[in-house]
Amino acid sequence: MSTAASRYPRTVPETPPAVVVDDLNKVFRIPKDQVHTFKERALHPFRRTSYRHFQALEGISFSVPRGEFLGIVGRNGSGKSTLLKCLAGIYRPDSGRIFVDGRLSTFIELGVGFNPDLAALDNVVINGVMLGLTPSQARERYERILDFSELHDFQELKLKNYSSGMQVRLAFSVAIQVDADVMLIDEVLAVGDAAFQQKCFDVFGRLRDEGKTIMFVTHDMGSVIRFCDRAILLEQGRIRQIGDVHDISNEYLEMNFSRDEEPQQAAVAMADDPPADGKAPVAAPPRTRFGDGKAEIVEAWVENEHGEPSRTVRQGRPCRLVVRAHVHEPLENPIFGVTFEDTERHPLFATNSLTVTERTGAFAPGEVVEFSAAFENAFAPGRIYATPALAHGGGGVKWIDRMERSVSFISTGVESHGGLVNLPHDFAWTKTPATGSPAR
Amino acid sequence: MSVRPLDARADDAGTAMTPPPGAQEMRGPSALGGDTRRFLYLSWTLAVTDFRLKFFGSVLGYLWQLMRPLMLFGVIYLVFVEFVNLGGGQKDWPLVILSGIMFFTFFSEATGGSVTSVVDRENLVRKIRFPRMVIPTAVLLTALMNFVLNLIVLLVFILVTGVDVTWRWIEAPVLIVAITVLALGMAMLLSSLYVIARDVKPIWDVALQVLFYGTPLLYPIETVSMEWARHLLMANPVAVIVQQWRFAVIDPTAPSAAAAAGGWLPLLIPLTIGVGVVAGGFVLFNRIAPRIAEEL
Repeated sequence: MSTAASRYPRTVPETPPAVVVDDLNKVFRIPKDQVHTFKERALHPFRRTSYRHFQALEGISFSVPRGEFLGIVGRNGSGKSTLLKCLAGIYRPDSGRIFVDGRLSTFIELGVGFNPDLAALDNVVINGVMLGLTPSQARERYERILDFSELHDFQELKLKNYSSGMQVRLAFSVAIQVDADVMLIDEVLAVGDAAFQQKCFDVFGRLRDEGKTIMFVTHDMGSVIRFCDRAILLEQGRIRQIGDVHDISNEYLEMNFSRDEEPQQAAVAMADDPPADGKAPVAAPPRTRFGDGKAEIVEAWVENEHGEPSRTVRQGRPCRLVVRAHVHEPLENPIFGVTFEDTERHPLFATNSLTVTERTGAFAPGEVVEFSAAFENAFAPGRIYATPALAHGGGGVKWIDRMERSVSFISTGVESHGGLVNLPHDFAWTKTPATGSPAR
Repeated sequence: MSVRPLDARADDAGTAMTPPPGAQEMRGPSALGGDTRRFLYLSWTLAVTDFRLKFFGSVLGYLWQLMRPLMLFGVIYLVFVEFVNLGGGQKDWPLVILSGIMFFTFFSEATGGSVTSVVDRENLVRKIRFPRMVIPTAVLLTALMNFVLNLIVLLVFILVTGVDVTWRWIEAPVLIVAITVLALGMAMLLSSLYVIARDVKPIWDVALQVLFYGTPLLYPIETVSMEWARHLLMANPVAVIVQQWRFAVIDPTAPSAAAAAGGWLPLLIPLTIGVGVVAGGFVLFNRIAPRIAEEL
């Protein structure tokens, strides 16, 4: 967090915030049995409709400085869209207040009000008015909208004869013609072909440079990292974290992966004495543990490039697996090692102290050994398990202590091309012109 | 539980909770909203679109819309004037029938069309912030455009028939405004009730039929011999408007609304009903408006 300020240089702290949300709460009443007709009412006059209450948003507070590009992320059902709809004024907050300074425009869906039986101009006017233009403004901007959407040749066609891609292009082109100071965008980027997406991204870049305040709901961590200055991570209607996009993105990916790994949390008990230095003991309880116990692994964790214990490591970044063991009986030249596996137990990478020397030295009872393997994270995105081990030197494998898959971390990133690892590499090709006698 | 505590870690940048001066508070959707111009633009755009869509692709376009009341008029004229002479050979009786049908067509189009309007516009309600009253207003405006065009045709008929233009014609715009306001009140009432209970639609369809015969369109009110029936008929606000139109615009010898109701005092009943519908519709719509997006 220390470097947070330098990461969004465009934010001028003196300007008043463009959006302030103060202790926002939203509860949905879901009727247990929806009564939609008088007949049902008449048949059961005394049955009161009972409701299930669902707290969609709880105590949400944050503010957005003018000109910030803020990402809102979270799993399905975490309250992202509800928050956006409250901000947009579509849902009424149950308590709490929302202030917006400047003109607000909402893109929860592209092309609101589009009618398939009308041609481009009429639809542009309808949609434009929906988004806050006056009808004459919408007509003035029609040419620009056609230019951007590249639909000049099709403007006489009814909308129903457009391909879905053309409809989206038209809708997006209208949307960006609406001059708003604060824009709320809900996953609209997930549409269109690659070329048009690039065009959208360019527009977002331009809007950002123009100092618009933009709030952007998405699942796509790639675009959050690419565009957003900050992000909010929602979980079950509450803010779990606000801050740097990389932190949020890691946290989000980790949340997604750790969903079904609750038992791991019991691991804290593993350390005899909880470390005072605040390092999270990330090792799991031994599922499979081998060895004669002359030394005992008490703790193992993964550190990120800043030397902080972390449950996530970004692809291509340096990291370190650290193992700490207590020596119970004298040891002579033990071997320290670690193996990394993926979720399907493919061994991905293994290393040990033999790569340095056979002579690791003598250890006396009561001493503490700490060994580590530092490497650049080349693993494909996903959960990576590590098996730390100590073994006796010499021939054969005699384990002192080996804890299978006791540490894990998430490799985060977007580089996934099908391989288990993504090694640093260059890709090249050449073409040799055909020579010699042509084939028969 | 996760290793990290589930609390918000407030960031230093931009967490001041003081709203900027001049900032607008977002209070969620409402029936009318603050921005009158936006309200009008939206209603107008939606109404014009609807109006145009009705005739899109048809060769005769608007003429079809005109055909409906005229065809109805033709049939009624044949049956009730030529076959069975209900008008008793009264002067200009066909014009009374025609204008009555046009008033009633407007009322039934505006109210009948508005019942499902809010639910039908779900895609707007859930995606965009706008004053919710735009929806029934747009339906009303579409019907009103039709009504105005019909009235122009009616005016031509009236002038061709040779009805005298009297100073009483100044009542005409008042009556048109009255039926419009009544229709808007009913539209608000029906469209918000429909969000709560879906059987409003069949109920209103039947009610409109009852109302059609409960309005002196096909028969002169003075031919109704039972006094209680006349009182009952004149409790209907639509009947009062139509009757007054007959008296003021077409036939000064016909009984005015007050005369038909038996004095000014009984007119308080339809007035109360009318005001009640408008006020009740407005209050109900206002209550429903903020939550429509969630209830649908």
